[in-house]
Amino acid sequence: MRGLLLALLALFALSAPLAAQDMLPPAPYAYKQLADPKQEAKAQALMETLRCLKCQSQSIADSDAPMAGDMRHQVRTRIAAGEDPEAIRQWLIERYGDYVSYTPQVKPITWPLFAAPLLFLALAAFLLRGRFRRRKGA
Amino acid sequence: MIAELGLAVLWMAAALAVLQLVAGALALRPATAHLAGVVRPVAILQGALVACAFAALIWLFLSTDLSVKLVAENSHSAKPFIFKLAGTWGNHEGSMLMWVTIMSLAGGFVALIEKRLPENTLIATLAGQAFVSLGFYAFLLLASNPFERLPEPAPEGAGLNPLLQDIGLAFHPPTLYVGYVGLSIAFSFAIGALVTRDVGPAFARAMRPWVLGAWIFLTLGITAGSYWAYYTLGWGGWWFWDPVENASLMPWLAATALLHSCSVLAARNALRTWTVMLGVVAFSMSMVGTFLVRSGILTSVHAFAVDPTRGTFILALLAIYIGGALLLFGLRASTVTEGARFAVFSRESSLVFNNVMLCGILGIVLVGTLYPLLTEAMGVKVSVGPPYFNPVSSVFAIPMMMVMAVGPVLRWREDKGGRITWQVAVPALVSAAALLAVELIFAPINLLPALGLAIAPGLAVASFQPLVGRNLRRTPLPIYGMVVAHFGIAVALFGMASEGAFSTERLAAMNPGDSQQVGPFKVTLQDIGPIAGPNWTALEATVSASYSGGEPTILHPQARTFANPPGNRTESALLTRWNGQLYAVLGEEGDDGRWQMRFWWKPFVPMIWYGGALVALGGLLALLGRVARDVKRLVAVDKIAYRRERQGR
Repeated sequence: MRGLLLALLALFALSAPLAAQDMLPPAPYAYKQLADPKQEAKAQALMETLRCLKCQSQSIADSDAPMAGDMRHQVRTRIAAGEDPEAIRQWLIERYGDYVSYTPQVKPITWPLFAAPLLFLALAAFLLRGRFRRRKGA
Repeated sequence: MIAELGLAVLWMAAALAVLQLVAGALALRPATAHLAGVVRPVAILQGALVACAFAALIWLFLSTDLSVKLVAENSHSAKPFIFKLAGTWGNHEGSMLMWVTIMSLAGGFVALIEKRLPENTLIATLAGQAFVSLGFYAFLLLASNPFERLPEPAPEGAGLNPLLQDIGLAFHPPTLYVGYVGLSIAFSFAIGALVTRDVGPAFARAMRPWVLGAWIFLTLGITAGSYWAYYTLGWGGWWFWDPVENASLMPWLAATALLHSCSVLAARNALRTWTVMLGVVAFSMSMVGTFLVRSGILTSVHAFAVDPTRGTFILALLAIYIGGALLLFGLRASTVTEGARFAVFSRESSLVFNNVMLCGILGIVLVGTLYPLLTEAMGVKVSVGPPYFNPVSSVFAIPMMMVMAVGPVLRWREDKGGRITWQVAVPALVSAAALLAVELIFAPINLLPALGLAIAPGLAVASFQPLVGRNLRRTPLPIYGMVVAHFGIAVALFGMASEGAFSTERLAAMNPGDSQQVGPFKVTLQDIGPIAGPNWTALEATVSASYSGGEPTILHPQARTFANPPGNRTESALLTRWNGQLYAVLGEEGDDGRWQMRFWWKPFVPMIWYGGALVALGGLLALLGRVARDVKRLVAVDKIAYRRERQGR
């Protein structure tokens, strides 16, 4: 049993570089849509919210950069395998950091970002309320 | 020789700006009031001189003078004429010279034709304009001299970025810059009015045409820029919430708010301090935008830190001008009374609401654009993109558009709800019907596009309501302007929502002869062959597209390769129908010899830009109406003066 395991491991060790060579360049789903339109729509929606790390201000859904193509391939194959889009986002964030996601993650460092609209709304309400009062007084 | 001449003229213009500032400031004191006569001619002369400097730079680019560093770095002798011309402002130094040129020309123009402002306010305004210009002169002359020579002339130029070699981009920056810098006039007007404490309807009427003019150019610039991004980037996106785009959107938002508060001030003598503050904010946003784009801070905070000369310079200018203006505002605001009061239910209120919402969107865009820079400085890189901007700005935009449908039919000062029941009910019913249709027929559509598709038709109907019951021949032109501009917003909104809701994408690897279905189109790749342009070579695909079985149309998407500097660019092919656009892109050749083709069918997408053009047209109509009225009034005033003179004899 143990011998078999070792033999298998050795086989894997040998074949690994070969497999890696095969794995790297082709990313067939970089420019190919998924057959199921529902899955493709899901993948598309996710890709539009992921940043192309090699470009300036483009999502991986609008870039010809090879890395973006590679990431599109990743997203599509994972969606096809039935993974949840948010799980894929988390996986990419673990790999590349928060920078990769155009949807800001709710964390202490991004709290002001989410507080800002509330603050503006409160300020707007305050300003408009001022108008109401002033009129009653006048 | 031309380069040295350009530089000398630029220095002289800067010296005149100093004179304009000093003389203007002294003229406001009673003891030295006689200096007032100097300010106008100096402003005009200064504008003329800078125009000469800019003309010199254009000349250097057109003749490809490779002994000038800027030309050698950004131009190439084999470029087509139009891109040699556009190359003048397709780089940092040239674009800053264009900025100063437009600014000083605008100042000269004010000095030449502005007759409505009280003399003191005008002098203060021109001094303010000189003060702002001076900072940019200093920036040009000390940190980004466009006329610098090379020790040895370069054998050949480095060329212009292929992405910029496009007719759309040749005229996009000048348009946008006229808008940015036009707002400096509003800024100087606001400062002038704060200095002399003279804020009232006359001030608003004098400022309005300048704001309108700047706003028209901003609208055109943003619309054209969006269309350029749409067709050159090759993926069918039309707005990316990219910091550079946001940099142009922020002044537009502020200028839109300013335009509306200006109307309230002109018509009702209300919102005085608010209007002055918006005047300061609008140009501040232009400067913030320039800082973002020109300092290199966008590529990375660290890139900025490595070579901070220019960035720090602009940052210092920002601090001086925005800080200074806000300080002046803080000191003087309390002495300017808020003006006439109005009821909650009145046109003023609806305009105040619109202003507050526009400022809310402005705040969101500003925070969303700057926040990633802040966190990067703290060592954490985050991205803020469409998933943040779209919903958050909608929180403000949707209520604003609802009020926008009703506001124009409300009366000034006070109105009663019962009077406008129909004007509210009709658009509301149209929108409700549209929402129902969208939900029933096209079932799963995301919330925002669905709301857009519902609001747009209602808003379109509502935008024409101010014309109901009017004598159309005697309706003033500015009213038509408002109607057209509001209708344009509805049209653009419809295009955006439709693009978001109904676009279909088709990516396919194709051999010549293969066909694909894209929405209602059947597209066939017929052939791929080489083609050469003036300074590029390309692969060109011949694609036939037939709309639901009809006659096929031929499209030619290209993949262009540029040599100087080396670079690639996809040239998408567009087929525009009344109900949408087919977008075709030729990608790379795969290992199996098949070609990567990309197609999109985007229903009603051109409406986004038609809408933008309508908004600008509305602004133009309003501007023409205002100017025509001013001219008429001036002629009448002259006639009266002439008559009095004769009677006096």
